[in-house]
Amino acid sequence: MRRREFLAATSAAAALAACGSKAAPPLPPGIMSGASDALGHRLRKPDFPAPTETRRVAVAIVGGGIGGLSAAWKLVRSGCDDFLLLEMETEAGGNSRAGQNEVSAHPLGAHYLPLPPREARATRQLLTELGVLQGDPDAVHPVYDEKYLCHAPQERLYTGGYWQDGLWPTLGVPKTERAQYTRFQDHVAGLRRQRDPAGRRAFALPLALSGRDAELLALDRMTLRDWLLREGYTAPGLFWLADYACRDDYGTSAAQTSAWAGLHYFACRDGEGQVLTAPEGNAWLARGLARAAAGRVQQNALAFRVEQGKRESVCDVYLAAEKRSVRVVARELIWAAPLFLIPHVFVTPRPEWLAAIRGAEYAPWIVANLTLAAAPQTRAGHPLAWDNVLYDSPALGYVVATHQQLRYAPGPTVLTWYRALHEESASRQRRLLQGHAAWAEEVLADLSVPHPEIRELTTRIDIHRHAHAMIRPLPGRLWGGARQAFELDRPGIRFAHADASGLSLFEEANYRGVLAAERTLARLGVSFASSL
Amino acid sequence: MQRPLLVSVFIVASCGLAYELIAGALASYLLGDSVMQFSTVIGVYLFAMGIGSWLSKHVVGNLLVRFIQIELLVGLLGGLSAGLLFLLFTLHAGPFRFTLYGLVLLIGILVGLEIPLIMRILKREVAFKDLVAQVLTFDYIGALAVSVLFPLLLAPHLGLVRSALLFGLLNALVAAWALWLFRAQIGTLAALRAQCIAVIGLLAIGFGFAGTFVSLAEANLYNEDIVHAESSPYQRIVVTRWRDETRLYLNHNLQFSSRDEYRYHEALVHPGLAALPGARRVLVLGGGDGMAVREILKYPQVESITLVDLDPRMTELFSQSPMLTELNGGALASRKLAIINADALQWLEQSQEMFDFVVVDFPDPSNHSLGKLYSTAFYRLLKQHVAATGRIVVQATSPLYARESFWTVVATLEAAGWQAAPYHALVPSFGEWGYILAGQLEYRPPTTIPVATRFITPDALPALFHFPADMARVAAEPNRLDNQNLVRVFEREWGRVQAH
Repeated sequence: MRRREFLAATSAAAALAACGSKAAPPLPPGIMSGASDALGHRLRKPDFPAPTETRRVAVAIVGGGIGGLSAAWKLVRSGCDDFLLLEMETEAGGNSRAGQNEVSAHPLGAHYLPLPPREARATRQLLTELGVLQGDPDAVHPVYDEKYLCHAPQERLYTGGYWQDGLWPTLGVPKTERAQYTRFQDHVAGLRRQRDPAGRRAFALPLALSGRDAELLALDRMTLRDWLLREGYTAPGLFWLADYACRDDYGTSAAQTSAWAGLHYFACRDGEGQVLTAPEGNAWLARGLARAAAGRVQQNALAFRVEQGKRESVCDVYLAAEKRSVRVVARELIWAAPLFLIPHVFVTPRPEWLAAIRGAEYAPWIVANLTLAAAPQTRAGHPLAWDNVLYDSPALGYVVATHQQLRYAPGPTVLTWYRALHEESASRQRRLLQGHAAWAEEVLADLSVPHPEIRELTTRIDIHRHAHAMIRPLPGRLWGGARQAFELDRPGIRFAHADASGLSLFEEANYRGVLAAERTLARLGVSFASSL
Repeated sequence: MQRPLLVSVFIVASCGLAYELIAGALASYLLGDSVMQFSTVIGVYLFAMGIGSWLSKHVVGNLLVRFIQIELLVGLLGGLSAGLLFLLFTLHAGPFRFTLYGLVLLIGILVGLEIPLIMRILKREVAFKDLVAQVLTFDYIGALAVSVLFPLLLAPHLGLVRSALLFGLLNALVAAWALWLFRAQIGTLAALRAQCIAVIGLLAIGFGFAGTFVSLAEANLYNEDIVHAESSPYQRIVVTRWRDETRLYLNHNLQFSSRDEYRYHEALVHPGLAALPGARRVLVLGGGDGMAVREILKYPQVESITLVDLDPRMTELFSQSPMLTELNGGALASRKLAIINADALQWLEQSQEMFDFVVVDFPDPSNHSLGKLYSTAFYRLLKQHVAATGRIVVQATSPLYARESFWTVVATLEAAGWQAAPYHALVPSFGEWGYILAGQLEYRPPTTIPVATRFITPDALPALFHFPADMARVAAEPNRLDNQNLVRVFEREWGRVQAH
């Protein structure tokens, strides 16, 4: 009864507020966090102390996101322990880190991994090692641990005042438009099956294994929106879903995204939309990888100067916690930090690298974690799902951190709200500098549409800002030729960041990391069994 | 004379629209399908107003007297309409839809008479073009006022029954006011005055007692005397009594009837426990009513029983209320028993305890939260708490009414690595009911039941494990957390049963 009285009281409060006679309750407390921008931005005007110590290793890995951690994981698995991983933050994991409070662990960034296709062998191997993929890792549809498979109901969409099942907008959508959905799904299913004469999938994940048909690669030169129009699609719901998918995976709108990248999203996987997730988002994957590198990770370490010699590379590193610098001399270097840092750090960057970086854009992300006294109510439609998306919102909706917990009773929970700043750069910059209060108000306003009681339910709201979260697959960025400079196996240095793929996906970062490690192992003369 | 009549046009129009909205909302609330209910109610109502307007030409005599009488009649009928309909629905006393549309038709006709009458009264003083303009203006403003007030203030705060009474009172007060204003032009004052007082009094009393009335009507939903009703943070608990029969409802779903609960609980406990002479530690999940514990306590070799029920109000109620402890034989006060009020899933994840026999007695899988308690993940988790020679028993809905649901639970247990032995028993209050025994070893029905029973006997046991053709096994997918197909199947099957 108490709950019902509470709701009656809040709806009355909402009615009063509408009459202008009652102020909104105060903003719940919380913090603003994010990448160490003050430290990172010192690279623009380097004034770091001179190194006081020299450390020698076989391999130096710069960057402890999924790419760097995957490289370390592969090195350790192959018996190579002589490496040092340099991570700027206090914890490795990059976009896959998590927070924890008294209610639940919750993601600070990436929060799910779609069931990886067979081509993503390294990712499947990792999942096997973590005990989540059970049985044959090469099966088309392997068995996964139920604990990590997203529990039902997986997703719902709020549209027209009603929560509908699934993300394809169907409520009030005429038959002719729903027929377009089917045509598009058949279209995509065809692309999923399509292979080139060499037997490569048209859209493979990792994308490096994709077919190279000129006709398909030409799709990289147009936007997804233009492609949809060219193919005669007009249904607004389809355009909405395409746009949502691009904003969700790439931080770009469908009108900004390369059609190749947009179709890759729909055609590269065959897991029927199933995903692996956990209360802490993808942090369990990052931590699984990091266990292998334990003891060889230097935290709060910013590489500010890299000089490549003939036989070895010299990497000067600022240790922020100790306020001093060290020199790391390595026979092989694995660069697993975002590629836009190269001009700031390398003494003699190769011209083709600089050319490839020119014009690269990064999508910033805002991730809000709302701690709630109780789960939000569903006024009409399908019950609370893991992923809850709002049709009329520039944000991406929210996931429920406690969804994967084995609990029967409803209780306090944490909602993780996502917003990619896909807008054009001027407003993006301004919005990025917005403070905690402004973001908290924006998050609450967005969520109050389906949940008018959200402000009263929220006990705290923490905002995490990713200023350079993901590289944006704008037209021409994937197959225009420039990116390929980072795919070459050059002596002394390899690139292990998802930026080298042009798509900020776990599987890509994992592939790049393992590939860089294997090339490095080959160079060092260490024998290994390939994971690719 | 002109201004008061225009004010009454405003009130009368408000009331007219209010009855229409209340009837529509009540029909939607009780029958569902709000688009259908609202459009048929509004259609009938507008048509009835047309009839009223047409009939108004036959109204002759003192128009003021007729107007007052019509107001009183509208107030009485409209004011009592919601209460009457609600009572009728809960008592199943008559054809609900027929009465609904009948009432809407009657009120509509009376409301349809009002405006033409007022126009005829005012015609004597006002020019026709001004008359039409003024009367219709106030008519529409009144309609707007109510259409805004009704959803925002009246329906949520007063409720439908009281809102209707409030508007009835307004109609009757307009009548009384008109009577007082025009007393000079009216001959039969005394009779009209008495009618006014009677109607206003009746409606006012109704308004005062509406709360009691609604709960009385709700009590009739159960057809029995409610002896205990409360809402815990988890559910609505209602205990009813009719003659010598006690019933427990959780969220309006029958949990047991004292007449035949012995059948349900004997069938739940004895086929499993009688076959485990070495069972010392028993776990009961759900079952806060203590009936299963009562059956388990009959076995002297059982040393400890752990009862895990989410809702402390359930276990308190069934340990304290004399009427209920009489039913469970005071089982919840047993020294062998430890009561834990916790989420079964959470408790199993954290506990290290092992058991020889586990009774899994959860509500049916009617939503995704409950569906988790019937998943492969749950049965795997449970396996870590059951001794190698031990066994669990699961209540698994009706294999007759929800045949695929029942066999889905069997398939789920098997997928989680258990050997399942499904059986069924007839519990008249529920119908044919299903249970599943599961263990690592094959189950053999015991040859003796070493304790006193009224229903389960050794010779009748083998027949319970035989499923006649209409309940025989059907192919079913295991219920996994990531698909929760049991919830969908269960909804479909019980939805079909309830539709009949």
